[in-house]
Parts: sequence; structure tokens; C-alpha cells
Amino acid sequence: MAYTVTTQTPASRIAAILGALAIVVLVALPFFAGRGTIQDMFFILTMLVLAQFWNLLAGYGGLVSIGQQAFVGVGAYALFGTVILWGLDPVPSILLAGVAALVIAVPTAFFAFRLNGAYFAIGTWVIAEVVRLLVAQWKTLGGGTGTSLPRDATRDMWFVEIIEETLGVRSAAARDILAYWLALILALATIGGVYWLLRTRRGLALAAVRDNTEAAKSVGVDAGRMKWIVFLTSAFGTGLAGGLIYMQKARISPDAAFSVTDWTAYVIFIVVIGGIGTVEGPIIGVLVFFALQSLLADFGSWYLMTLGVLAIVIMLVAPRGLWGLLSERTGLHLFPIRRRLTGGKLTASEE
Amino acid sequence: MSILSLKNVSKSFGALTVTDDASFDVPQGQALGIIGPNGAGKSTLFNLITGNIRSDQGNIHFQGRDVTKVSAMERCLTGIGRSFQIPQPFEKLTVYENLLVAATHGRNLSERDVRDDCADVLERTELIKRANVPAGQLSLLERKRLELSRAMATQPKLLLLDEIAGGLTEGECQALIRTIQDIHAQGVTIIWIEHVLHALTSVVERLLVLDFGKVIGLGDPDEIMASKEVQEIYLGIEV
Ligand SMILES: Nc1ncnc2c1ncn2[C@@H]1O[C@H](COP(=O)(O)OP(=O)(O)O)[C@@H](O)[C@H]1O
Ligand SMILES: [Mg+2]
Repeated sequence: MAYTVTTQTPASRIAAILGALAIVVLVALPFFAGRGTIQDMFFILTMLVLAQFWNLLAGYGGLVSIGQQAFVGVGAYALFGTVILWGLDPVPSILLAGVAALVIAVPTAFFAFRLNGAYFAIGTWVIAEVVRLLVAQWKTLGGGTGTSLPRDATRDMWFVEIIEETLGVRSAAARDILAYWLALILALATIGGVYWLLRTRRGLALAAVRDNTEAAKSVGVDAGRMKWIVFLTSAFGTGLAGGLIYMQKARISPDAAFSVTDWTAYVIFIVVIGGIGTVEGPIIGVLVFFALQSLLADFGSWYLMTLGVLAIVIMLVAPRGLWGLLSERTGLHLFPIRRRLTGGKLTASEE
Repeated sequence: MSILSLKNVSKSFGALTVTDDASFDVPQGQALGIIGPNGAGKSTLFNLITGNIRSDQGNIHFQGRDVTKVSAMERCLTGIGRSFQIPQPFEKLTVYENLLVAATHGRNLSERDVRDDCADVLERTELIKRANVPAGQLSLLERKRLELSRAMATQPKLLLLDEIAGGLTEGECQALIRTIQDIHAQGVTIIWIEHVLHALTSVVERLLVLDFGKVIGLGDPDEIMASKEVQEIYLGIEV
């Protein structure tokens, strides 16, 4: 009997159906949910995108960066720059936000790839700080105090009018709904893209480089190129998210857009408690993070301390995160990537 | 024609010269055995040939091309495959996925194109029943077999094997010898470092002796084994 390879499991087929249902509900959400829910969901989806890209970088690429705020900030400022200086519509400017982050990522990588481990992490953070200081000098975009998107730019944004009319909402709510839908598209494209990558032979190469770089090179894997692919992809996606986040906020300052707490520390928290190195982990992580934030938002610094303590406890008790714990116990994989060989001599042994 | 040629290759780690002016040729299709005491620099010689370590001096030619400064990845693509003495599996990947990485990247083919070849290798190395087990869960002997399998999956023209027969039962050892003879019969050039001398001499046509990084003997296995230097080095070791 011939050999075949499968990645699907019965559970993943059910998960695919449930996933499709969830997507339908999420797409339709603005038709029945209030503005507060839409804003919360926007936050969850954009944090999820950032978490997926940090996970790709650190969990799959082994590149532990603490400077991802550089790409959020550059993306956000690129969007404000193109809108304010060139008069471009904010929606297409999101793409330019991604491109700007990509452009910054190239010299960043040349520098950071010379460093390893902790030095790489610190190097990325230093670069983010340097970029923040440079951007704060940009007087046309408000220098250190920041600036807002021009009112007519946000009012006349693509799709806003049609959303106002179809859903019968005011302009501000329509802008939130637009931002939400864009975030949903970005999140779905990110998860789909990461999952697709992991199922190609490049995904195998990533896992091989992470497990044993020297052996990976010896079987023909271009380890250096994998690092570049992962770093640039993450930068582009993070830049897109940065542009979108600040399009929705419509107000920017260097300290906020390059905040290491908001755009890297929280993101690492999400990935670590959810489960690093899995597609499912950041999804679980962002839900836990949002729940904690809603519960503890009024407690100020207690909130940060709780996050820190929780992260440490989970790292000690379940180093592979909540999803790792669950999938270990149940064998469940929503996004299976394991190639299972069946048939041939394997059939004979299982009979 | 020689497929591999080393000219005056040297390598030192600090003050320790581990490869000392090594020069030798390996003819296309030959099986060469390498023996020598622990620490003689055998594994280092492999690392120099595969590009995992760069030489300080000298030149290495593979298929007529100077590969002295070529990366390990590219040397694999041009046809050099290897096993590591201390197994280096991709621990979180399954046995089958370990071979997939090697076959898809080492041969630049799609997963579908290499599926049957990988399964075939696993049948030949008797790892097929363990195909879906994560490599991190394998026993040491299974890991060694995985080293051989993964190197075979790249379909090398030159295959470097580093101490893969240690610890096997007599039956397992005979099976391993047959597998290597098979590969050799297909025209693959083989260099095999091995302490299990009877396994080695039943496959190789030529023997190289390394001591303190120097090539101190190269020639017909029987003559080499009978020589005075080797007798001294291997005094007390089964011949
Ligand atoms: N990366 C390294 N750095 C420093 N010393 C090394 C390194 N690799 C090997 N050596 C030393 O080189 C010598 C030869 O090692 P090796 O080539 O592994 O010998 P063999 O395989 O013949 O047992 C040993 O003394 C070993 O300790
Ligand atoms: Mg050795």
C-alpha cells in the first residue's frame, strides 16, 4: 500500500467549521453590537495581530525582540505623515505604514543580526529608542507632543459614508466599525498567512533552525534567509497594525506610538501565557489579557504587577502556556501542522 | 577522478592543532574508512569537509570546485551529506519531518515529491515504525539511525558517517553494514569514521589513519591494519 501524509485531525475539522462560524459572527458583529463592543474587539484583534507576529519572530524564528514598538511607531507615523503631508486617504495609507516599517526593518536587521540572544533583544530595544527620539524631532508631525489626524481626512475616509448609511450610525461610530473590519481582515490574513507558512517547507525549515541551527544548515536549510524572512514579515505586519491602531486613535505622540509597554511587553505577555510557538497560543493569550485588563483596569499599578506575577507563575507551571497545557492534556490542535505519515508499512503495524 | 580533495588543510582551536596539514584525495565512488584514537581530530576533519567549521589553511575541492569558503548549506546542496557523531535531531519534529526537512531543502523539491523517498529511507534504516514520533523521544540508538536516515534523505554524492555503529547488537550491526553497502553500490562515495573495525573493514576499500591531527597512514585496509603504527595505537582494541 502506498504512503500518504495527513495534517488534519478530526478535531481540526470540527475546529475549521467552528472557525468559519466565528468568522461569520465577527463579520456581522457591527450589525448587532454596540460601539463599546466594537472598540473592545478592535483592541483584541489588533493586539492579536501584534502577538501573532511577535510569536512568529520569537516562537518560530528564535528572534526574541523587545523592539517591536519601533515598527508600530514607524507604521503609525508613516500613516500620519502620508495623510497630513501628502493628503492621502488614511485607509490606503495603512499599506504604506507596513512598507515604512519594512524599510526601517532592513537596516535594523543588518545591525541586530550581528547580535545574539540577550544582546539581540537589547539591540532591538535600543534601535526602537533611537527611532523614537528621531521621530520626536519631526516638527511638522508635532515633535515630542505629537499631533492629530486632520478632521476632514477622518470625516471623508473611504467607506465611512457607506457604513453610515447602511448601518444608520453616526460618523464616529462608522469610523470605529471601519477600523474594526480592517482589523478583522488583518487578523484573519495574519493567522491564515502564518498557518500557511508553517505548512510549507519553509515552515519545516523554521522549526529545524529553531531546534538545531547547525544541523539545519547541514541538510541544506538557508538559516540566514529564514531569519530575514521572519524578521521582515513581522516588521511589515507590525507596521500595518501600528498604522491601523493609530488611524483609529486619530491622535499620535512619540511616547505612545513607541511605547515598549503597550506594544511589546503586553504582547510578550499575551504570547507567553497563551503558549509560544503555536498559532493557538496568542488567540488564548489575548482573550486572557483582555479579561484581566477589564477586571483590573481600575487598580492602576496593581494591574501591571498582577500581569507580571501571572506571567511568572505560568512560565513556571506551564512553560508552554495555557494552550500548551491544554493541547498536551487533550491532544487537541486547532491549527495542526504535524505531517503524519500513514499507509505502507505503518498500516501493517497498526492492524 | 577524485570527488574530494584536501590540500594542506589545517585547523587549530587556540593552541591545539586539531588538523595538521592534511592532504588526501577520495576517488569518485570509493568507500574510505577513517580510524584513529579519540581526540585525533576525526570529527573535526568532517566538520571541515562539510563547512560546519572553516579551515585556517589549505584548500578543499569537491567535484573539482574549490569549496573552501563555501557555506555548510551550499555544500549540502552540491552533494555532501553527513551524520553527526553526537546526534543532532530536530527534537520537536517527528522522525518523518526530520527527513522531510533534509529532502525538501537538500534536494530543493516539494514535500509531495519526496514523500515516498523519505518513507523508503525509513524502511531501509528500520525506523519506519517510529516515523510519527517526535525525535526528542527517541533512544540514543534510534537517534543514530535518524542521523544516517536524514543524511540519506538529502541523496548525497558524498556521504560522511561519524561513528554510527557503536552500541549495536551483532544483528543490528550486520543490518547497518548491508544498508551502507547498498548505498555504496548505488555509486555514492562514502567516508566512514568508525571504531567498530570489523564493520568498517567489511565495507571500505581504503583506510586512513589519523593521529594528533596528522594523516599517518592511507592505503589498503589489510596493510594499514597490519602496520606498526596502527598496531601501537590500537593495542588493546579489538581488530
Ligand atoms: N569547537 C571546538 N573548540 C575547541 N576544541 C575542540 C572543538 N572541537 C573539537 N575540539 C578538540 O579537538 C580535538 C579533536 O576533536 P575531534 O575532532 O572531535 O576528535 P575525534 O573525533 O577524533 O575524537 C579534541 O581535543 C577536542 O577537544
Ligand atoms: Mg569524533
